[in-house]
Amino acid sequence: MTHATDPSPTGEALLPRLAFMDLITECLASLLARPGRVVLTVLGTVVGVAALVATLGLSKTAGNQIVGRFDELAATDVVVTPRASSGARTVADVLPWDAVDRSFRLSGVVAAGTLTDVDTRGDLVRSVPVVDPQAQTEFQLPVKAASPDLFRAVRATLEAGRLPDAGHSARADRVVVLGRNAAARLHVFRVDNQPAIYIGDRLYVVLGIVSSVARQPSLLGSVLMPEGTARQDFGVTAPGSVQIETRIGAASVVASELPLALSPADTTAVKVVAPPEPRRARAGVQSDLNSLFLLLGGVSLFVGAIGIANVTLVSVLERFGEIGLRRSLGAARRHIAAQFLMESTAMGLVGGILGAAVGTLVIVLVAATRTWTPVLEPWVPIGAPLLGGIVGLVAGAYPSARAATLEPVEALRSTL
Amino acid sequence: MTASPVVELHGLSRTFGTDPAVHALREVDLSIQTGEWLAIVGPSGSGKSTLLNILGLLDRQTSGTYRLDGVDVAGLNDLHRAGLRGHKLGFVFQSFHLLPHRSVLENVMLGELYNGAGRRGRRERALAALERVDLSDRAEFFPTQLSGGQQQRAAIARALIGEPSLLLCDEPTGNLDSTNATAVLDRFVQLSRDGQTLAVITHDDHVASRADRRVRIVDGILGEVPTSTSPRSRTAVG
Repeated sequence: MTHATDPSPTGEALLPRLAFMDLITECLASLLARPGRVVLTVLGTVVGVAALVATLGLSKTAGNQIVGRFDELAATDVVVTPRASSGARTVADVLPWDAVDRSFRLSGVVAAGTLTDVDTRGDLVRSVPVVDPQAQTEFQLPVKAASPDLFRAVRATLEAGRLPDAGHSARADRVVVLGRNAAARLHVFRVDNQPAIYIGDRLYVVLGIVSSVARQPSLLGSVLMPEGTARQDFGVTAPGSVQIETRIGAASVVASELPLALSPADTTAVKVVAPPEPRRARAGVQSDLNSLFLLLGGVSLFVGAIGIANVTLVSVLERFGEIGLRRSLGAARRHIAAQFLMESTAMGLVGGILGAAVGTLVIVLVAATRTWTPVLEPWVPIGAPLLGGIVGLVAGAYPSARAATLEPVEALRSTL
Repeated sequence: MTASPVVELHGLSRTFGTDPAVHALREVDLSIQTGEWLAIVGPSGSGKSTLLNILGLLDRQTSGTYRLDGVDVAGLNDLHRAGLRGHKLGFVFQSFHLLPHRSVLENVMLGELYNGAGRRGRRERALAALERVDLSDRAEFFPTQLSGGQQQRAAIARALIGEPSLLLCDEPTGNLDSTNATAVLDRFVQLSRDGQTLAVITHDDHVASRADRRVRIVDGILGEVPTSTSPRSRTAVG
């Protein structure tokens, strides 16, 4: 057996090396040797990651729920009224009579109609046929003027009869449509016998009874007459408001264009009420819910990291002898460091995986009890174990450095 | 075929501290030939362990030269020294240093974890090493299930798997009763016969008497012990 003298100090072949698979094997063997300790150590990380996952998931779930309340109806509802800032009388002339036509020129408008409160100057509403001394026969019912398109814009459904059309308005026919509640008070239950009501001393034929509206519920208690009739009989000078239904998603664009379309001379003279941007609403809800729980999750994750650091440090102190042995077997300092780092990272990873599972479970349970649909961003359960691993890696940094700087002679004095 | 020495020490000194300086080793000259079995004896505190630590590249000399397999180790950094430990040296400790939660086989396999031997065939090599110490039937046992002698033999197998140029043993029988000590000694005899270079530190004269050659350290000064009693003296002129 001869040993040739190597001219170079030591060749590359003599450098210590550790296969990655061997590192994994060693790390797993070490962890599996103390399973109970590993479980207790990762608890903090589990709680932290679970809190973060549950917070993100629940706020997303709840946010989705609240978004669900911004249903199609609300999201497509735009109302234009004169701005009541400058003098009370001047507002009357802000909106033009062709406001409906102008609105329809905007892309995204599905239906539009004007709705105007009619000042009856104290005239009461009464029905004709019933003479009942016991019952009240005269009522102060709100009277409104509506353009024919309004009924579509508020999605009115008829209980009986028909709706007025453009012709009624153009001829200023004395016809009205009653809201369901108004009809009940006036004891008008059918229209096939052509009932009529008085407003003051004028007689109006009831064309139809509206059973429900999706918007402007006050219409159900009102008497609705064609616009032309209101202009002629009550001197209405301008539409009081424009009710618009837009296509889904078009509300904000239409709302921004309406002032120019309806009041080009002074865009500030009209007030447009449009639904809030759904996205912004969701963001608002999330930030409210999130901050506290994210903070809590962060704190428990920090505590978890301290736990891992602590146990890894104890483990380093306990395993002085093993470290010495490994150095004597040819392990470089970096191999020792790598092993402890890998162990703490693995613990963090396990904590992250368990935490992601627990957090997801919490989301599902909470969603189930509230009959919500659980919603979770896909990157949350994927990122959670990664976060745990990073926590473990950071936590293991100091103990690993400590283990690596240990002098082998010193380390070998300890027994295993 | 020229047998160059595995170990060559020239004027090697090791001093600890400065005030007052402790001279653990003074001007030691020593060479260990390939295949030689050297026993290093001496009372405790004489510097035996310091010498072993320096031979094992676990400690650095203060002055003098140390050539291991022809390589002057003085200029080597930590990484290269670790590499040499993994490739050229095998350690046997008084307290065995077996990992308690790993099987005997796994403990032996640890022996080539850091020398780039590769995972392929490691199990077979570990079994072969166990065969050499006559412990194949205990491969799947845990160290705690073995007697002291068996544990030390497992530790020897771990040192052998890397086929070291030099096997360094620090009081290998120190924790063993006489029966177990004899069993371990028999292994050393067999290894020496196979051509393994051995350096054994001991304070047990019985152990020392089995070696080819003996040196004694007293107060850091190394002296040769006459080897007339050794039956297998292979006198090498360094």
